[in-house]
Amino acid sequence: MTIANSPLLSIVTFLPLLGAAFICILPKDADGNARYVALWTTLVTFIVSLLIWINFDITSGSFQFVEEQAWLGPIKYKMGVDGISMLFVILTTFLMPLCVLASWESVDDRVKEYMVAFLVLETMMIGVFCALDLILFYLFFEAGLIPMFLIIGIWGGKRRVYASFKFFLYTLLGSVLMLLAMMAMYWHAGTTDIVTLLDTKFPRDMQFWLWFAFFASFAVKMPMWPVHTWLPDAHVEAPTAGSVILAAILLKMGGYGFLRFSVPMFPLATQELATFVFALSVIAIIYTSLVALAQEDVKKLIAYSSVAHMGYVTMGIFTVTAQGLDGAIFQMLSHGIVSAALFLCVGVVYDRMHTREIAAYGGLVHRMPIYAFCFMVFTMANVGLPGTSGFVGEFLTLLGAFKVNTAVAALATTGVILSACYALWLYRRMIFGELDKPGLRGISDMSLREIAVMAPLVVLTILFGVYPAPVLDVTAMSVKKLVSNYEAAVRPTAALLAR
Amino acid sequence: MIYLAIVFLPLIGAIIAGFFGRMMGPRPAELVTTGLLLVAAALSWIVFVRVGIGHETARVVVMRWITSGDLDVSWALRIDTLTAVMLVVVTTVSSLVHVYSIGYMHEDEHRQRFFAYLSLFTFAMLMLVTSDNLLQMFFGWEGVGLASYLLIGFWYKKPEANAAAIKAFVVNRVGDFGFALGIFGLFFVFKTINLDPLFAAAPSAVGKSMNFFGYQVDILTTIALLLFMGAMGKSAQFLLHTWLPDAMEGPTPVSALIHAATMVTAGVFMVARLSPIFELAPAALQVVTLIGALTAFFAATVGLVQNDIKRVIAYSTCSQLGYMFVACGIGAYTAGIFHLFTHAFFKALLFLGAGSVIHAMHHEQDMRNMGGLAPKIRFTYAMMLIGTLALTGVGIPHVAGFAGFHSKDAIIEAAYAAHTPYNYAFWTLVAAAFMTSFYSWRLIFMTFHGKSRADHETFDHAHESPPVMLVPLAVLALGAVLSGFVFTKYFIGTAYSAGAVDPYKLFWGKAIYEGPNNHIMHAMHDIPGWVGWAPFAAMASGLALAWVYYIQAPWLPAATARAFRPLYLFLLNKWYIDELYDAVFVRPAMWLGRFFWKRGDGAVIDRTIDGTASGVAGSRARR
Repeated sequence: MTIANSPLLSIVTFLPLLGAAFICILPKDADGNARYVALWTTLVTFIVSLLIWINFDITSGSFQFVEEQAWLGPIKYKMGVDGISMLFVILTTFLMPLCVLASWESVDDRVKEYMVAFLVLETMMIGVFCALDLILFYLFFEAGLIPMFLIIGIWGGKRRVYASFKFFLYTLLGSVLMLLAMMAMYWHAGTTDIVTLLDTKFPRDMQFWLWFAFFASFAVKMPMWPVHTWLPDAHVEAPTAGSVILAAILLKMGGYGFLRFSVPMFPLATQELATFVFALSVIAIIYTSLVALAQEDVKKLIAYSSVAHMGYVTMGIFTVTAQGLDGAIFQMLSHGIVSAALFLCVGVVYDRMHTREIAAYGGLVHRMPIYAFCFMVFTMANVGLPGTSGFVGEFLTLLGAFKVNTAVAALATTGVILSACYALWLYRRMIFGELDKPGLRGISDMSLREIAVMAPLVVLTILFGVYPAPVLDVTAMSVKKLVSNYEAAVRPTAALLAR
Repeated sequence: MIYLAIVFLPLIGAIIAGFFGRMMGPRPAELVTTGLLLVAAALSWIVFVRVGIGHETARVVVMRWITSGDLDVSWALRIDTLTAVMLVVVTTVSSLVHVYSIGYMHEDEHRQRFFAYLSLFTFAMLMLVTSDNLLQMFFGWEGVGLASYLLIGFWYKKPEANAAAIKAFVVNRVGDFGFALGIFGLFFVFKTINLDPLFAAAPSAVGKSMNFFGYQVDILTTIALLLFMGAMGKSAQFLLHTWLPDAMEGPTPVSALIHAATMVTAGVFMVARLSPIFELAPAALQVVTLIGALTAFFAATVGLVQNDIKRVIAYSTCSQLGYMFVACGIGAYTAGIFHLFTHAFFKALLFLGAGSVIHAMHHEQDMRNMGGLAPKIRFTYAMMLIGTLALTGVGIPHVAGFAGFHSKDAIIEAAYAAHTPYNYAFWTLVAAAFMTSFYSWRLIFMTFHGKSRADHETFDHAHESPPVMLVPLAVLALGAVLSGFVFTKYFIGTAYSAGAVDPYKLFWGKAIYEGPNNHIMHAMHDIPGWVGWAPFAAMASGLALAWVYYIQAPWLPAATARAFRPLYLFLLNKWYIDELYDAVFVRPAMWLGRFFWKRGDGAVIDRTIDGTASGVAGSRARR
């Protein structure tokens, strides 16, 4: 059996679940052991997932490592990855060990349950990116809500109940519509196999309402303006590792959904409604950047900045150009690294001071030079400085947008000015200035454990900024296929319209 | 190899000093960064001779960068005469500033960090000037912006320094907004952003239009203007100049290196580098000329009344950059680059000299608290005098003089030959030359002459700087005296040499493109005799007036300020542009942010959601 046809994806997907089961059978007071089990499980999962990356054939745009089993009647258990989904799997498995490490000391209440929730969440997230069956996808997509809901609701801050319900209601609302759409697709095509559905041509009218049904779900996940207000609340209340996963992975499910379903399956609707998405994206970039400027809570500021950055992603996806799509995927991965790192940075000082209020900090560089350096790297990546990973995605999406609509590109580019304003202003208020708050005098720089969490993120941020080829090479063929299929589907209408 | 060494040695220095500086202590960090830069500077002069005289060109691909669809951009170095000139300017001034900083910063406990930043800046600047495509230029462009931000805010305890650092970054970002759109536009039209293919394809777009914001616009004019917006930000041109004076909050060596000699000239470099595109967009060039002339004039007027010694020089820099843009705008790119070259020497000299004064005066920067310093710090005084002679362009018309005499007067003469409407470019520049002379001598007289206005203790303790600071001054002074005289024939040619094999054409090779209808470099040598005397007259009368105001009749400045109070306040407050921006951009942005947050997110969206949720819950409860 070669690696290419071994059930690698299933192993990666369900290893964390196995780890979770193992923690469950640990004795009651084994908090320390639970931490180590979780760390080792996530590390092994990460290493196994690297095998996928190493053996991934970048010259092919098709699904690879495909596994197929009969399951419930017409619903199959089918897994596989292509250039679009592969790196999201790696991103997930890469961040999980860091999350476990980041929660090492800050979570000391119900540690076992906490680790179980995280491991279950990991299985669900990997499943979302690997599933090649509609219903399987839906199950992973929805089931992932529950551990996240619990993580916010149990280990969250003061208003955690409000935040977790808001999160749950918002995302569930969209999902119901998506389920209906999936059923309609099954009735039309007679299958729930995603690979087959990708080649199915849905009637024009049907495409529109299917598009909107999926859009409702993915737009909330993304989140796009104006359904973004759950995100700041969820982030503020979530524990650090919860925020990391929320920003780095869960938000990407929306973008992934657009790439997997909306654009390739409903091209005619995509073409018609692209302008609508552009409008929402541009509003997201400008509106939420301005809102970020006014924030007094660090986590809220970063949450709003996330919404703005996701605006570039949706804009890039709906240009359906090579640069726009490459850029959108790159932006999601980069944001996965950078926003995760920023939330971890907040976590570092939160663990020491137990406040998220920006005004409570100031002059941290005096006592925490290593921290200040890391924070600066991520701030610059957030601002999209060339040479950091943040630049590549922003640049490519804007380049793609300019081809399609110059006004959209120009308006979206104002985001680079606004992001500099809020990010540098935040940095100045927290890190620079005199260290005159009495509570901060004894604050200590990052511990070795915290440096171990931060270092890989610093390295990747700069590496992918200077040499993004490992990512762009993986996505290239699948993106090319997506673009050519889309153009083939759209061209007849364009010709009709021209006549 | 030699090219890679020049560009990457400073980066290595920055990494060593930045990451291991605390381990190895300040002195080794200083020596490593400074040593590596001195090597880079020596290599640059070798390259300068090889490329400028030996006509060697090269293209070195370092590695892949971004590949996506039909976009393919690599990290690559492009070596031609324009690059070689910039290499020499950047590494020479940078290495001298490194040496100088060993003395100037010797009391600072964070010296390692300072030297790491200086070297990082130099690396980014070298990436900018050697770039073979627009994206790498943008990398260098924003990279120097980052280094500038870090260095302006180097003394991070000072609120003013922090504010100035953010302002510099954000205002530059406004310019970069245009630069980025220009790059998008070029890729959209030509499917490439690598320089050579771009230059080859550019003529095919002449006279064609594209859709931009719903309007049909001329492709090349629009793109050139967008790119120029970037140049305006980086080179502090009128409307985007507000960050430069504030940037003086940074340590003085930084002002000399970044905010006088190198980074701020990047805009001029960009226009010259992209001359094959700008030459095809005459309308855009007219805008370049206009903005340049306006800046030269505006900044000079503000410089007349400033009291902070560094701010006077900062406005002077702003004004001189305007000269360079005028040169580019009228097609005399090589004259613009010539002025960039000479200006780097004498302006760095003036800044470092000012630093020496500030050092002597224990961090006093207000000229109203100086005076009579000449006998106390003779050497610094002599150096500042040389810098002033070079800046004001002292020389014998049609013969020879200090550096500025050759380069600045060349621009003024070219401006005359360009015949702009009403010859406005020429007259504005002559007026600015008069003011330049006035404010420069005002600075010298207020600082070094007359009676001391400092408190006794400071004045008595005023002392000459250590040799490590004075030697760089001497080297720069040499450049300020000779760089014009020696290099004129290479950079711009002379009237006598305008024959079949013009030395300036040989020197530049293909680095600068002059369109078939662009005869300015020829015409500037063929002008009425009095035109050559006009800047001389402006310079001389400026000096005379400054002499009257600050030596003969020291009561005159105050009386004039009283008599023309509104005008004085207008100039003192820098034409109220900061206040205008604050009212039009800064406050509304903050207000909008709060409004969207509280009203948009809070009152409208969340209330709808919460309302729906409680509505659903309520109806269930009733059932």
